[in-house]
Amino acid sequence: MVSLKDLHKISDFEWEIPQSYRSDMRVPVRLFATRELLEKVLEDKSLEQAVNAATLPGLVGRVVVMPDMHQGYGFPIGGVAATRFPEGVISPGAIGYDINCGVRLLASSILYEDAEGRLDDLATTLNQYCPSGVGESGAVRLSEADLEQVCKQGARWALKKGYATEVDLRRTEEGGRLEGADPSKVSQRARQRGRSQLGSLGAGNHFIEVDVVDQVFDPQAADVMGLAPGCLVVQIHCGSRGFGHQICTDYVDEFQEAVRRYHIQLPDRELVCAPLKSPEGQNYLAAMRCAANYAFANRQMLAHNARRAFETVFRGTAPDWDLRQVYDIAHNMGKIETHTIEGKLVKVCVHRKGATRAFGPGVSELPEEYRPIGQPVLVPGSMGTASWVLAGTEKSMTQSFGSSCHGAGRLLSRHAAKRAVRGEQLRQKMEQDGIHVRTGSLSGLAEEAPQAYKDVDEVVATVAGAGIARKVARLAPVVVIKG
Amino acid sequence: MEHTADWELEAWAADLPGLLEQAARGMYALAGVRLKDGPRQTCSITVQGADGESLLVKFLSELLYLGGQKGLAFETFDLHMAGYTLQAELTGAPIATQDKEIKAVTYHRLAIHQEPHGLAVNVVFDV
Repeated sequence: MVSLKDLHKISDFEWEIPQSYRSDMRVPVRLFATRELLEKVLEDKSLEQAVNAATLPGLVGRVVVMPDMHQGYGFPIGGVAATRFPEGVISPGAIGYDINCGVRLLASSILYEDAEGRLDDLATTLNQYCPSGVGESGAVRLSEADLEQVCKQGARWALKKGYATEVDLRRTEEGGRLEGADPSKVSQRARQRGRSQLGSLGAGNHFIEVDVVDQVFDPQAADVMGLAPGCLVVQIHCGSRGFGHQICTDYVDEFQEAVRRYHIQLPDRELVCAPLKSPEGQNYLAAMRCAANYAFANRQMLAHNARRAFETVFRGTAPDWDLRQVYDIAHNMGKIETHTIEGKLVKVCVHRKGATRAFGPGVSELPEEYRPIGQPVLVPGSMGTASWVLAGTEKSMTQSFGSSCHGAGRLLSRHAAKRAVRGEQLRQKMEQDGIHVRTGSLSGLAEEAPQAYKDVDEVVATVAGAGIARKVARLAPVVVIKG
Repeated sequence: MEHTADWELEAWAADLPGLLEQAARGMYALAGVRLKDGPRQTCSITVQGADGESLLVKFLSELLYLGGQKGLAFETFDLHMAGYTLQAELTGAPIATQDKEIKAVTYHRLAIHQEPHGLAVNVVFDV
């Protein structure tokens, strides 16, 4: 187990596990955390998993871990690793089963004080329009031809079907569509699962939340993003559903053989990988992009239905019930990007698992309006607590492969959370606090209790203190729809 | 078993077919799967692994697929092995309710090991 004595303190917000810690490490591990957060991290196996991740062939720079990190499987949640393209490897387990799990933020000009009496209706309507829960099907059943188009076009498919606007796409990572998706690399089994689930939230920690813009820290950036103090916004957190889970399952299985074929030694079979230039690596990349595009389309469908819910509830009572896209960003993804490493531009495959892309000002991939301020970074808190909107910085580009945190980060196991909190009591407490809750599972609600997570304000203070993101606005929840 | 974000299950049995069955039962129990009353259905599947661990992951993944796509879960397992090829005759029913969704069965630190009473394994699920 990694202990405090194995870590070198860089600053109040940065620590390093040197490459010399274990002989099979190819790069060091850089952790963004305060001393208090670090002590929590040391209670589980997340740093051991980060050290294991540092053994992947072709890594450049360092493995980076965020303050919301926690133990996952193979690769830690909150981890970022970049491998040299095309000599390095791609690892499905370092991206996760829920490919392109991510967050979308929509802003309104409806003031909380004008909407307060309608929020219970809004919770019911959102819950009705946005399917959620274990195994729940989506609003549409796709034909095989439509699924192929979703794979290739992502959110652009939704635009053609009338579920999106051009602004939605412009304000989505990669325009809501990754190039190079090839449905022929997706199994029949994954296709079957994908056809029935588009437009559904799923279960677990996925949610739709209505929040109030509670505090603004950077008025200029908030204004560009359309975030006005006291107004309602909507967060949608979900991913590629069973389609992505099946694609990752298929390739983790296939790569068990690939590591033998390419003579790759790894400390954990869940880290299996293949060279990016190999047929196996190329096939996974093409299939993963299908799942990423599916997830962009999925959040787009849910956004469309959230807009319908706002129209149903606020038409005639509010002058403007529109929900305008702030941004949509992935936090489980593998992307081919170019970063400056030791003064040289290097093409890499950045694996982000529970870490958000956080490009700084001036980066050409950002929509024109966000280039001066940096990319919006969406950080949902634990259920019932604050969430944050941050902006990427120049330092995130040099220190963390243009990445930042993705949430509060779990502290307690799901069983420990259920032992500590009863779902019904939690719901009552949230309702007393003015949060309208709809959930399909009270035990699932208890698993996501705020006590089970780190303090998101502390996590955000850490990334801001380290300079890899900048505070823009804090959001307070008023409606929670939990799958 | 305690795991910060996901679920970890410990299973043990006298032999590999028994271990697969115990892991399957444990997985259904973790997900809170309850079957409908009424007539039972049978399902025959063949799963091939490269070793015991990959066979375990592929068998449990097959059950997740049948649950997610066809809404079926099983309570009787008749398992036969030839090498690392599993022939499974399963009896079950449509799922009435399920508390939790399991996204995937992982290979994380997966190692079937010999114990005095037989075989044992810890399996981590992504939830």
